[in-house]
Amino acid sequence: MDSHQILEHIPRLRRYARALLGDRYAADDLVQDTLERAWNKFHLWRPGSDLRAWLFTIMHNVFVNQVRSKRSEIEKTMEELPVVAVRATQSDSLEIADVERALRALPDEQREVLILVAIEEMTYDEVSRALAIPIGTVMSRLSRARERMRRLIAGVQPAVPFKVVK
Amino acid sequence: MTHLLEDDLQAFVDDVLDEARRGEVEAYLAQRPEEAARLHAYRAQDAALRALFDPVLAEPVPAALAARPAARRWRPVALAASVLFAGVAIGWIARGSVAPLPQAAASLARSAAIAHAVYSPEVRHPVEVGADQQDHLVKWLSKRLGTDLRVPELATLGYDLVGGRLLSGSQGPVAQFMYQDAKGQRLTLYVSTQKGEGRDTAFRFSQEDKVSVFYWIDRNYGYALSGEIKRDALLALATAVYQQLSP
Repeated sequence: MDSHQILEHIPRLRRYARALLGDRYAADDLVQDTLERAWNKFHLWRPGSDLRAWLFTIMHNVFVNQVRSKRSEIEKTMEELPVVAVRATQSDSLEIADVERALRALPDEQREVLILVAIEEMTYDEVSRALAIPIGTVMSRLSRARERMRRLIAGVQPAVPFKVVK
Repeated sequence: MTHLLEDDLQAFVDDVLDEARRGEVEAYLAQRPEEAARLHAYRAQDAALRALFDPVLAEPVPAALAARPAARRWRPVALAASVLFAGVAIGWIARGSVAPLPQAAASLARSAAIAHAVYSPEVRHPVEVGADQQDHLVKWLSKRLGTDLRVPELATLGYDLVGGRLLSGSQGPVAQFMYQDAKGQRLTLYVSTQKGEGRDTAFRFSQEDKVSVFYWIDRNYGYALSGEIKRDALLALATAVYQQLSP
């Protein structure tokens, strides 16, 4: 078994998990669960096909099954938060803390797409396959994620303070 | 002008439109400063996200994540198994080296190969500091590694410097320099500090999946040249690097 190829992808899986969850320990747990499943199912991977895409698909499935169920209630509260109107001018120098907070405030399915496109630099087609959603859904989630981020970053302090989601 | 869709604007942000379509979007944006500002903000926030999370790539991978399944299955059996678990994991990480080696040297090749595999496919952000700012690059990395680094010149062998980045290895900061030939084939030179090892090694070769690595330890520094090219070709390049760094 040539599963050591998987090792090369661990740094990217960790980056994705960290962006998805924020907390480094929760993120590494997600990576560990993903790798465990990948190693057990490695015989199902078709040599020559894109190993990175296969691993990201596994991570997405693990995330959806395990993590999301625990967080669904908090997420719902987040989605209901009012989006504050955009200020007329937006500064180029984004405060990192604002960016991170805005990312956390996105619904999971929007955050996943945005991370895969903006950070992992996957093509829309790759995202569509990794998450098993139609490309039209990729585009609409991407568009909504970016716009929501922009409003959250540009907005004045939200009336409702954000909670830290673990 | 054909009708522009929001999808085209998103693709513009990601810089994946063909030239004709990009021209149309640019023309459209020239008429609509608000839309231009919106897309500009998207690009800025994407860049901020990369700045936030790219450093994760450079973190050393925890040993527990790098353990193979045979070792993992011991985990639930008993706490005592954890000793064996660690042993198997270390043995596995070190495999790929032929002769028994100081552990540092073996993990040098492995770390270098992983760093090569992580960064060499990057299209848009292969390096943190580009070759156009070579002086800045060398000063910055020298400072972080606590030595006067020199960047070997490989242009005569067909490889131009792309730039470099700072990584963090198990024993401290690591510099990675990237080179590229006319066909886009990339090489990376991994320079790490080897604390307390103090033992020079000869040139060693390691094949880590598709990545070939020549590596050696010279005084307190470990060097590894990685590339997905034939052993002989890589040896010629590694020799050139060695000669320039250890005159």
